[in-house]
Amino acid sequence: MIHKRILLILAAMAVMSLIAVACSSDDEDTEAADTGSKTGTLQTVLDRGTINVGVKDSQPGFGNLEPDGTFSGIDVEYGHALAAALFNDKNKVNFVTASAANRFELLASEEIDVLIRTTTWTSSRDIDLNSSFTVTTFYDGQGIIVRADSSIQSLADLEGSTICVTGGTTTEVNLEAKLGEAGIAYTGLVFAGDAEIVEAFIAGRCDAWTADKGNLAGQRANFPADAGGPDSLRILPETLSKEPLGPVVRDGDTEWFDVVQWVVLATMAADELGVTSGNVASMSANPPGSAVANLLGASFDGGAINGFGASLGLSPTFMQSVIGQVGNYDEIYNRTVAPIGLARAGSLNASWTEGGLIYAPPIR
Amino acid sequence: MSVLIVLFVFYLIDRALDLDLGFGFLSGPGGFAIAQQWVTDYQSSDTRWDAYLVGIVNTVRLILIGIVFAMVLGTLMGLARLSSNWLVSTIASVYVETIRNIPLLIQIIFLYTAVLLQLPRISDTYSAFDIFYLNNRSLALPFFDADGSAGIWFLLVALSAVAAWAVSRSLKRREESSGSNLHPMAMSFAVFILLAAITFVITGSPLNPDAPSLMTTGVGVQNIQGGLQVTPEFAAVLLGLVIYTSSFIAEIIRGSIQALPGGQNEAAAALGLNFYQRMTLIVLPQAMRIAIPPLTNQFLNLTKNSSLAVAIAYPEMVLIGSTIINGVGHAVPMFILIWATYLAMSLLISIVMNTLNNRVQLAGR
Repeated sequence: MIHKRILLILAAMAVMSLIAVACSSDDEDTEAADTGSKTGTLQTVLDRGTINVGVKDSQPGFGNLEPDGTFSGIDVEYGHALAAALFNDKNKVNFVTASAANRFELLASEEIDVLIRTTTWTSSRDIDLNSSFTVTTFYDGQGIIVRADSSIQSLADLEGSTICVTGGTTTEVNLEAKLGEAGIAYTGLVFAGDAEIVEAFIAGRCDAWTADKGNLAGQRANFPADAGGPDSLRILPETLSKEPLGPVVRDGDTEWFDVVQWVVLATMAADELGVTSGNVASMSANPPGSAVANLLGASFDGGAINGFGASLGLSPTFMQSVIGQVGNYDEIYNRTVAPIGLARAGSLNASWTEGGLIYAPPIR
Repeated sequence: MSVLIVLFVFYLIDRALDLDLGFGFLSGPGGFAIAQQWVTDYQSSDTRWDAYLVGIVNTVRLILIGIVFAMVLGTLMGLARLSSNWLVSTIASVYVETIRNIPLLIQIIFLYTAVLLQLPRISDTYSAFDIFYLNNRSLALPFFDADGSAGIWFLLVALSAVAAWAVSRSLKRREESSGSNLHPMAMSFAVFILLAAITFVITGSPLNPDAPSLMTTGVGVQNIQGGLQVTPEFAAVLLGLVIYTSSFIAEIIRGSIQALPGGQNEAAAALGLNFYQRMTLIVLPQAMRIAIPPLTNQFLNLTKNSSLAVAIAYPEMVLIGSTIINGVGHAVPMFILIWATYLAMSLLISIVMNTLNNRVQLAGR
């Protein structure tokens, strides 16, 4: 009896201290300084032998769970690229489904080592959430999709309309920022899941549907044939917001940040230099120039091998594994995002040499 | 075992310390719009606290209306199960056994996508006299538009109700002592209507009739303006909650009636009371005494189940909480807040029902 009472008191004290913690930590960010004393994420991952990557499971082209149980998409490919860089085996990766609501908590609580889940880089997320955004792998923007036969041609035509909103990102805020501030009255319906929003849109519950364009393109490509198929939908030309998407790591671990950042940048550099999964073997054996040699950890004209891989704590030839097993940025893009109807040429995701924003700093 | 529990609690505290648990983010501007509001007037420039308050109000609306309708439907179904008419009792049995064995989320999504969304599109809306509209965006009915002094009038109406109750009580006492029929119900109702009408005129007619109308914009986008609009999202969640909960309430009512000694009903019948009199004067008042504790559970379940509205775009607490989380993160404090709000609502319902329970229990003599 006394035993039980002590237990009860202990539990009550625990709950109260939890509440006290909740109420008193208004000035946060003091924990970040502690992380330096822990083992770095790179060492943890290398010791574990696999990398845990948080991805999305319901967005074709980006992070999608296929019927056979495998994941596909550009975010997933970068998970494979990291595994190839770390372990010379692109399959030593463990994908964890991250929801919009729990993704930053998964990262903060070290359930995942890196979050690659169509996560928009914003100041508040970067600063307040103890997370660091590495490189943008896809420049997205919020768009609006309507029926192809709809009379809505531009944002101004949305006056008085009902708009279905895919929840789970900053869509509601962007919609209000663009339409609300332009004085366009609309009714927004925020759905938590993609399945219900498709049903509502098909039934005519809403005149328009807003989400990131990458997501809308995927939904359009998969639009059921008995509801009209992809051709019955039209994406408006306007872009409501800037949505730079890319891998996110925890704050305060620069070593791991550098690894994630440079694996991604190196796939972009490989694209610029013309190194592909097809020619990586011959390029490594006989690099055409010092830039390619530096990227692949090969010797150019008998010179010394550049310390790119070693300085990251990886094998000097890690990029040979990445390019050979996964491919360069262009190959990854064409395998994942291009099939849902988003061509790379002419978009923000083209290489800087072709007027896009994909740009890798020099490797030397 | 107890050591494990203590260790688990310390583990939770340890994890909590790693996460950021301040509530300061709720003071920032919401930035998003909320379409379905009732009483509240939140704008996107208001704080996230205000947005969350809209969610609370929307949840409370769902719970209050839901409990009333579930109770009415449940009682009817419970009585129907006891009916001596084979058809009526069989229909009630099938209803209860079907509804209570299907998960509520599936019922809500079915009601929404397979029933309410299949109503005509707004371009083919049903309409009666151009003041009633039914389509898959809303059921629109004529209603009243309240202006500034409506709040004062509502307060005066509440006072009128108190006055009417006092009149009814004093008339009933006189009726019991004098034995003559003074019609306390009719008299108090008349007092209520009279007082409400007088105050309505004094406050300057704060309610104006407001009929809905179908509008078409220049490019052909249609919507319905004005009136009382019931959205399919609200209707689907409400119907789902009412139907589901009523199947459990029906069983509670049936069981409570059957728990009464059969002699009560038989004695009432022997006195010549008809079915309605037997039920309202003898059986149900006693059955309710037994039913209140399990009914409390059902009301609490309805309260918690209202969070399933998140699946179909009804902006209640969890949906608005998720929107805030998606915008600025801070999932743990937001969920703690939602958890605490549900706890407060549930405790409030428990207190009310326990008070009621204490009032109706047989007093020991």
